[in-house]
Amino acid sequence: MHDPHFFLSAFIYLGAAVLLVPVAHRLGLGSVLGYLIGGALIGPFALGWVGGTQGEEAMHFAEFGVVIMLFMIGLELEPARLWRMRGPIFGLGGLQVFLTALAVMGIAMAFGLEARPAIATGLILALSSTAIVIQTLQEKALMRTDGGADSFAVLLFQDISVIPMLAVFPLLAASVTKLEHHGWLQALPHWAQPLVTLGAVVAIVVAGQFIVPRGFAILAKTGLRELLTAAALLLIVGVALLMTQVGLSPALGAFVAGVVLAGSHYRHELESDLEPFKGLLLGLFFLAVGASLDFSVIAAKPLLVAALVAALILLKAAVMFIIATFLKIRGSHRWLLSLALAQGGEFAFALLSMAIQQEILEAETARLLVAVVALSMAVTPLLFIIYERVIAPRYTAISREERAPDRIDEHAPVILAGFGRFGNFVGRFMMSQGVKVTVLESDPDHVDMLRKFGFKVFYGDATRLSLLHAAGIEQACLLIIALADQAKVAKLVTEVREKFPKLRILARAHDYDQRFELMGLGLAAEDTVHEQMGSAQELAVRALRALGKPAYATERAARHWRRYDEETVHLLVPVHEDEDAYASIVRERRIELTQLFEKDRAELPDLSDKGWEISRAEET
Amino acid sequence: MASVLVLYAHPAPHKSRINRRLADAAREVDGVTFRDLYELYPDFLIDVQEEQKLLSEHDVIVLQHPFYWYSAPSLVKEYLDLVLTHGWAYGEGGTALQGKILLHAISAGGSEEVYCSQGRNRFTIRQLLAPFDQTAFLCGLRYLAPHVIHGANELADAASIQPLAQGYARLLKALRDETLPLDQAAAAHKINDLIPA
Repeated sequence: MHDPHFFLSAFIYLGAAVLLVPVAHRLGLGSVLGYLIGGALIGPFALGWVGGTQGEEAMHFAEFGVVIMLFMIGLELEPARLWRMRGPIFGLGGLQVFLTALAVMGIAMAFGLEARPAIATGLILALSSTAIVIQTLQEKALMRTDGGADSFAVLLFQDISVIPMLAVFPLLAASVTKLEHHGWLQALPHWAQPLVTLGAVVAIVVAGQFIVPRGFAILAKTGLRELLTAAALLLIVGVALLMTQVGLSPALGAFVAGVVLAGSHYRHELESDLEPFKGLLLGLFFLAVGASLDFSVIAAKPLLVAALVAALILLKAAVMFIIATFLKIRGSHRWLLSLALAQGGEFAFALLSMAIQQEILEAETARLLVAVVALSMAVTPLLFIIYERVIAPRYTAISREERAPDRIDEHAPVILAGFGRFGNFVGRFMMSQGVKVTVLESDPDHVDMLRKFGFKVFYGDATRLSLLHAAGIEQACLLIIALADQAKVAKLVTEVREKFPKLRILARAHDYDQRFELMGLGLAAEDTVHEQMGSAQELAVRALRALGKPAYATERAARHWRRYDEETVHLLVPVHEDEDAYASIVRERRIELTQLFEKDRAELPDLSDKGWEISRAEET
Repeated sequence: MASVLVLYAHPAPHKSRINRRLADAAREVDGVTFRDLYELYPDFLIDVQEEQKLLSEHDVIVLQHPFYWYSAPSLVKEYLDLVLTHGWAYGEGGTALQGKILLHAISAGGSEEVYCSQGRNRFTIRQLLAPFDQTAFLCGLRYLAPHVIHGANELADAASIQPLAQGYARLLKALRDETLPLDQAAAAHKINDLIPA
């Protein structure tokens, strides 16, 4: 700490983040690209404020951010869910690593590399960047989509496959050099090594299951929050240490620890404690990656580097796309998967320096590859932008068409169109009253989620009459429209009223204007509800009570107010298109209402023989 | 011909066995205006103007409800609190209800025998209804003996309730046709015995 350089570089790193990330964010580039650009700027090859060995140290330190990130991903993934992911992890991930490595190797050999360095290059470039991909997926809320989940599965397999890669590398070395690290493990007999590794993983699982929750419980009792944060960090550092000791990836170990703790009470506590560390360290990590961009290598052979970066991305994306096609992954998910994983990963840096050490690759080739991998990582946010702006929009329209509406196997007296933020309250309450409701929802992801919660929801666009027929609209006695899209509500009302004039329709209205519109389409005033009215009024009542107003009187006043507003709506229906008349009625009514409430408040104290509310009888 | 207004109050009509059937019978009688108060005012926000208008338009007012804790369900109390205003129903210039008739139609769980000074309930029904009686008096209404159905909890099946509902309908018709001996009805213990066959 007495090193003034520490504060200086901390200042530079933090400054680059604080200045550039908001700019990148504002431009819609995402935070990762902001960090990378910031890192490149302050790095040794541009401004030269940070870098050299110090920069590498920063990078090693910041890799801990990746470890925390994987721990936190593990926290959100219960073992049962992880188990269900075994297909994508080993199928998709296995094929991706194997086929990409093979393809890269083939091309490398075609360009005259020998078999052993070609294999090493293939393995190194098959890996993608867990840090960048997951951070970007989370930032763009794509983590829970099919494409996002599959990307994560592949990344998980890549992290696992680093272990055998580390074991294979010495065998690829031209001259036999022994690995210096995890020496004591190497000293053990061959049969014992896997046992030790396995033992370490079992230790994590057992500790996570039995010891850690108890420890946290004791710490929680002290009421010192920072102690819990320290314990969380201690846990991850411990896991990382243990994993490096037995030759496993720290990130993988942290992930396992996270999964074990996913079901514990302290999950949310851990998440909120670690979140700032993860964010800062990941940021630092991206800065360090940016700083490691060696512009001298790029400047020396700009065309070659550019061609290699383009070739790497194209090849990786193509291999993934083919595998995805083969595994029947369709639509935008296939594109997301292919583009997301098209870059080289942070493990490549470690593996490349190892390859130099062990003389598998020539230093010049390895430096070139470092530059290519780093640049491909820097390009990744741009690929995500392409996905978001060009590819995804094409599919959102189409994919909805692609999924055929569900077969509806029950006919309830009530059909509820829309089970989103509004409809789900309507439906849940009605079901709690024992009323059978056929629910139609047009967001496929939402439908799948609702099914997990045990709701019987049918996928389909309720604005299509064919679906309403399937839902039994002929026998239904009520259609409730809880769709958010105003145009769809109006369309549905018009069509249903035309085909089934006797069916009663209740509809959610976005605002006063939509209520007028719906009444104009023939709906009764009491069958249209202003979607915000109830909750806004509720909040106002609570606010008044917070000011010390009496509870029941305020509640009654709110009901009066609501009724008054409802009467006003009736008055406004005939004039709602005439702006002046509309405004004058609204003004008049508001003055009237104010006077009414004022009168109630004023009359109370001086008329002792009247009740507690205006126009109340006396208490004789 | 007198006009009859039935104000029916039952907070849980789907659980009602007797009042529901009596209400159905009352609804069918010509010349009766039937108001289901809990259906009209689920939020207890009684429309005072509307209710006062209806009261002044009718000659006979019937309060029909189950007998809860020796009194009426809370909405009936709310109705009286709000609608019978000073200067309208009573007090200076409060003559809107003068000369009209008020009748209670209630159902009670206990048998007739428990409603006496020696019984479990210590008071007669008429004694327990004294606040309503007095309210009517203050407003110039003529308060008749109540129509009471005792042992409501034992009357389970439609067959035994149906004759009671028909009797209630006949009572309403007699009030409508002004054929009921009012002096007798005001003095009686309960009005049931005066219902024409």
